[in-house]
Amino acid sequence: MDNALQVKDLCAWFGEHQVLKNITMDIRRNSVTSVMGPSGCGKSTFIRCLNRMHDLTPGFRVSGEVFFDGRNIYTDRIDPVLLRRKVGMVFQQPNPFPRMSVFENVAVGLKFNGKKRSRSEMADVVEKSLRMAALWDELSDHLDRPGTSLSGGQQQRLCIARALAVEPEILLMDEPCSALDPTSSARIEDLIEDLSDKYTIVVVTHNMQQAGRISDSVAFFLLGELIEMDTAAKIFTNPADKRTEEYITGRFG
Amino acid sequence: MKRHYSKELGALREMVLRMGGLVERMTHRAVQALVERKIEMLAEVKAMETQVNRLHVDIDEACIQIIALRQPTAADLRFITAAMKINTDLERIGDQAINITESADFLLTVPPVKPLIDIPRMADIAKEMLRDSLDAFVNGNELLAYETIRKDDQVDQLKDQVFRELLTYMMSDAGTIERSLALVLVSRHLERIADHATNICEDVIFMTKGKDIRHQDLLP
Amino acid sequence: MHAIAFRRRAADRATKVLFALCAFAVVLPLFLILFDLLWKGARELKWTLVTDLPHPVGEPGGGIANGILGTLTIAGLAMAGGIPLGVMSGIYLAEYGRGKFASAVRFSVDMLAGVPSIILGIFGYVLWVLPMKRFSAWAAASALAMIFIPTVVRTTEEMLKTVPVSVREGALALGIERWKTTLFITVRTASAGILTGILLAMARIIGETAPLLFTALGNQFWQTGLDQPIAAIPLQVFNYAISPYDDWHDKAWAGALVLIGMVLVISTAARYIARVKK
Repeated sequence: MDNALQVKDLCAWFGEHQVLKNITMDIRRNSVTSVMGPSGCGKSTFIRCLNRMHDLTPGFRVSGEVFFDGRNIYTDRIDPVLLRRKVGMVFQQPNPFPRMSVFENVAVGLKFNGKKRSRSEMADVVEKSLRMAALWDELSDHLDRPGTSLSGGQQQRLCIARALAVEPEILLMDEPCSALDPTSSARIEDLIEDLSDKYTIVVVTHNMQQAGRISDSVAFFLLGELIEMDTAAKIFTNPADKRTEEYITGRFG
Repeated sequence: MKRHYSKELGALREMVLRMGGLVERMTHRAVQALVERKIEMLAEVKAMETQVNRLHVDIDEACIQIIALRQPTAADLRFITAAMKINTDLERIGDQAINITESADFLLTVPPVKPLIDIPRMADIAKEMLRDSLDAFVNGNELLAYETIRKDDQVDQLKDQVFRELLTYMMSDAGTIERSLALVLVSRHLERIADHATNICEDVIFMTKGKDIRHQDLLP
Repeated sequence: MHAIAFRRRAADRATKVLFALCAFAVVLPLFLILFDLLWKGARELKWTLVTDLPHPVGEPGGGIANGILGTLTIAGLAMAGGIPLGVMSGIYLAEYGRGKFASAVRFSVDMLAGVPSIILGIFGYVLWVLPMKRFSAWAAASALAMIFIPTVVRTTEEMLKTVPVSVREGALALGIERWKTTLFITVRTASAGILTGILLAMARIIGETAPLLFTALGNQFWQTGLDQPIAAIPLQVFNYAISPYDDWHDKAWAGALVLIGMVLVISTAARYIARVKK
């Protein structure tokens, strides 16, 4: 199978504290991979390693390799700025840029990434991105509204549209629904399943039901280690590791 | 919303229907082979059974997966439990059809005891019940399910009638005992098929109304 | 039982009244000042006050037009230099300022903000007036800039720190460079707050008198150049007020009224921006 990302022996530390221990996994292209585990298992740290979001965190360091397009993102003179255009991210708290309209929020990535674009090209990209994020029908007449005036679920979809506008290959999502109500969560989940036709999606979640609903593959983390990774069906019907079984049956964690 | 989930439920429903169609056809062909004395038809029935067995496994797997990954609730949960139980009944119907072909294997090598009249009638009613029960399942039509359950009595009566009739043959001519017993078994298998169709109807009623009517002699 | 409840309620009410009285005492001076100024300044508050040059003693009429222009000139100069310096230093402290150098800067800025304004005036005098052998707008502006800048630095820093980390992360995750994220996303997000800080600092320097005594000196006529002595409202108010003439006293009141009017307008604008542009 075609892999969008290959992680080999990834370790990570905050100061002296090791938070990831020898993680090795392949992330299949155009699929949804969920990373689940109890709080503090390193799942968020892990996906932030995939687009080098930790670069600015003082005291953070990694060892091991993460291959994207055949190149190790930590050594082969990869510019993290260019990497992040290819590996986008959606955060736990919807974070549309304050003091920017819906339109500007979606256009902002393109506006600042160097290439000059005409107003109409920009409008096309914004429309396309909002459509993909299932937001166009609701907002096509309100593009000048401030992004922060939307509902929580709409804000999160706006953030997804914003990430899609720079045309990434991979979308990392760090608990994208944990700040949303069930209906908004369901819409985001649906959206994730739709987007997986075109994008590789890695979702961190502490909600196993959600992991079951949306994922093709599920990785279970515990105390910084990857305990088990398999298809969602396998993990949720017959996990190989006893600790996975205990976690998903609610016996601990 | 929840489009992907609905698609999975739709696929499951479709598999159950395909399996229902197969076992109905198996029943039909097995009885037809017997009535028209065409031994080559029996192979076809056995071939269909492999497909049915595969679907039996696939449907169970799909149900377990949906339960594990989607956490169905309320109507969806009843639908999936119904699908699982119907799956078992359909597989048993397939087995009964195979049992009929086994009796036919023997019956078609010997001269007929008598022209077959009641057995094809039983088969027709049983197939109709099966078809209606699946219709009721697909459309959530519990009235049709109730109606279908009532037809089971006709099949039971026909079975008794076949038995009594064959008993007279056996008493008058001991040479027909083996063949007559084989025919009694066929009618017994058809009666079982109708029973499974009844079970399916009971599952449909539970699925649509959340009401368990099994083991109660009071039907409205 | 009932008595206890009564006492408790009485104590409750008494403290509330006490606090309210304190709050009232705090704002009372402002209203007294405004009332007094209006009462005494109204007589000279004519159109010519803002259009005419001062007239010599004994000659009726005359205004503080040159002072208004002078104040705007000095404040404008101070801000032209102070805004870029102050805002950029504030950005440095908020976005990059983690090391020892930054703490040193932060400490020094706080110190500078605490320096009495008269000392800054003397500093401007030593730095500009002595070498140039002349009082000037430049000297006045640099003295005021030293009052202006620390306020702007710290408000800019504070305002940028209120921008959530998630906004910066969101921008970085889109593949926007760090410097663009800072300038076009973070600063933009905090721009209303920064502008408010600038306006409040402006209101503060417009009213400063002490530093101008040693730097601007004052001027009875229209200013002729930035390297020349220049008039300013606070200086004119000061001069009129310490004069022995009654009509000059009236002009001092009117000048003070103009000054406080400008400060009020700027402060109100600052509050408006802070509230509306959030």
